[in-house]
Amino acid sequence: MSPKTLYDKIWDAHVAHEADDGTCLLYIDRHLVHEVTSPQAFEGLRMTGRKVRAPEKTIAVPDHNVPTTPGREDPSNMTEDSAIQVAALDTNAKDFGIHYYPVSDVRQGIVHIVGPEQGWTLPGMTVVCGDSHTATHGAFGALAHGIGTSEVEHVLATQTLIQKKSKNMKVEITGKLRPGVTAKDITLSVIGATGTAGGTGYVIEYCGEAIRDLSMEGRMTVCNMAIEGGARAGLIAPDEKTFEYCKGRPHAPKGAQWEAAMDWWKTLYSDDDATWDKVITLKGEDIAPVVTWGTSPEDVLPITATVPAAEDFEGGKVGAAQRSLDYMGLTPGTPLNEVEIDTVFIGSCTNGRIEDLRAAAEILKGKKKKDGLRAMVVPGSGLVRAQAEEEGLADIFKEAGFEWRLAGCSMCLAMNPDQLQPGERCAATSNRNFEGRQGRGGRTHLMSPAMAAAAAITGKLTDVRDVMS
Amino acid sequence: MDKFTTLTGIAAPMPMINIDTDMIIPKQFLKTIKRSGLGVNLFDEMRYDDDGKEIPDFILNKDAYRDAEILVAGDNFGCGSSREHAPWAIKDFGIRCVVAPSFADIFFNNCFKNGILPIALPQEQVDILMKDAEKGSNARMSVDLDAQTITTSDGEVFSFDVDPFKKHCLMNGLDDIGLTMEKAAAIDTYERSASQARPWV
Repeated sequence: MSPKTLYDKIWDAHVAHEADDGTCLLYIDRHLVHEVTSPQAFEGLRMTGRKVRAPEKTIAVPDHNVPTTPGREDPSNMTEDSAIQVAALDTNAKDFGIHYYPVSDVRQGIVHIVGPEQGWTLPGMTVVCGDSHTATHGAFGALAHGIGTSEVEHVLATQTLIQKKSKNMKVEITGKLRPGVTAKDITLSVIGATGTAGGTGYVIEYCGEAIRDLSMEGRMTVCNMAIEGGARAGLIAPDEKTFEYCKGRPHAPKGAQWEAAMDWWKTLYSDDDATWDKVITLKGEDIAPVVTWGTSPEDVLPITATVPAAEDFEGGKVGAAQRSLDYMGLTPGTPLNEVEIDTVFIGSCTNGRIEDLRAAAEILKGKKKKDGLRAMVVPGSGLVRAQAEEEGLADIFKEAGFEWRLAGCSMCLAMNPDQLQPGERCAATSNRNFEGRQGRGGRTHLMSPAMAAAAAITGKLTDVRDVMS
Repeated sequence: MDKFTTLTGIAAPMPMINIDTDMIIPKQFLKTIKRSGLGVNLFDEMRYDDDGKEIPDFILNKDAYRDAEILVAGDNFGCGSSREHAPWAIKDFGIRCVVAPSFADIFFNNCFKNGILPIALPQEQVDILMKDAEKGSNARMSVDLDAQTITTSDGEVFSFDVDPFKKHCLMNGLDDIGLTMEKAAAIDTYERSASQARPWV
């Protein structure tokens, strides 16, 4: 047999039909659904009298526009349009018989955190959701990517997607990470190296010692931002850490089925002599704690750097960089660690898991946020929140002056009331620094949870290594 | 879905790279449960000031481009969020074709589901089309999907690639779901064998 990549293996196991021109029907094992990109899809089913083909493989949870403050089970505490979307998801879940975690359920949270947490996401699966950060699930060696609402309807009705195969790209991170450097710094540094279109047309497999050394939480952070590099999906081959994470989860296989699953999962790796269409290699020891300075996730620099000038770039990026600098209110040559911030946001599907909260709490322990600064922690799920409370992390955050919120997407995309005001500058652990992303006129700097915690203490973008005890 | 065969119309130039879907349709307009009515909010934060008044410098607010049906833009158009509200807003405004050196994957797919033709061309050719678009409303471009050509107002013709299946669906206004359901037997067969091979799924 010809050697295959991990992507090739998962792809081949899911082709339900292939046309002469290579257009395939790819079978979907898990379909995750949230309130913002699904109402029109369910409406489409109703209008055509179609059913959900595999409701047992379809999981819904409201996350994007739910408030993260107490009392949110009462729709009157939501804006009217948000309440309508959440109510529509309630109704659609009930009418079509799909699994559902309402806001009143402790298991509710960001769809990409709930899926793995509940054992819905498993190695070798195909996973889709009407959300670009579905790439997160690739951390399990699952082929996972975002789709539009028409495709949501297509998957609901047929449990397949019309797809053509992407190319294979390998991103290898060799060696060890230095202290203060995290999964977030890896994924941002890769995007900084390849650009936001560097992965377009590819599925990325992340590999190398620094990736192997990451926990499952860290691997999810890395894969989460594959989309920010333009890739259809990011993948990491499953290993003992993956199996350990999955074991005992509510929807993971048990007993003999677990053994059968393990037999297959252990074959899910890229063969040594597999062919790659593109290869990128970064040395783990060269990666520094990074922040973004502009309005594209590729605008990445080490925290020790200075704000660049538009002339430092070439082609269309010159104009884009100038526009970013103007929008961000930054002067070229300013050291990044002198840039003052107004807000700290710790959360999102990129960095809202327990390990992220531990990393931030480690920096904040016994310290206070800077006076006048607004700081919030939004756990990725109700279960992450409960665990953080049990571990005493919530107390550390509260004592440091952070707001301790309920689970949701929150200020990552600011569809709920958690928004930046015009000109407000935020140290954020989320995934996008686009213009207006966190609120009209809001200025976002992306970074790791530890870096965001450090920024909360000093009130400036800060090198976490300077505050590490 | 609306068919796309040929189109002759005004092209609006947007020479920016990395135009993301948050720019195309900001999140506050995603709280709809409909597909229609988003055109008025297309590029909302670039198009209107804090008081909701039009920003005169924005390209689609200029008289020459208010009726644009084609958009010519920079590299990596449609990056970011998977929101299909982006092509819905573009279509609702009246734009049926977007030309750029490259597109983000999900946006690109979403266009075809909504009767919009995204055309990727080499940077040098996009530069020529951008200049042509800058001439204003007297300069009209023509797109012919069957012939896979786009023609400038001066008659310069560029050929573009398009996936044959997507072209077929767009030209005939075909509904993907209906087409896939014709292959239900193949899906049934796959499902039976997969559930034996991987019963835990």
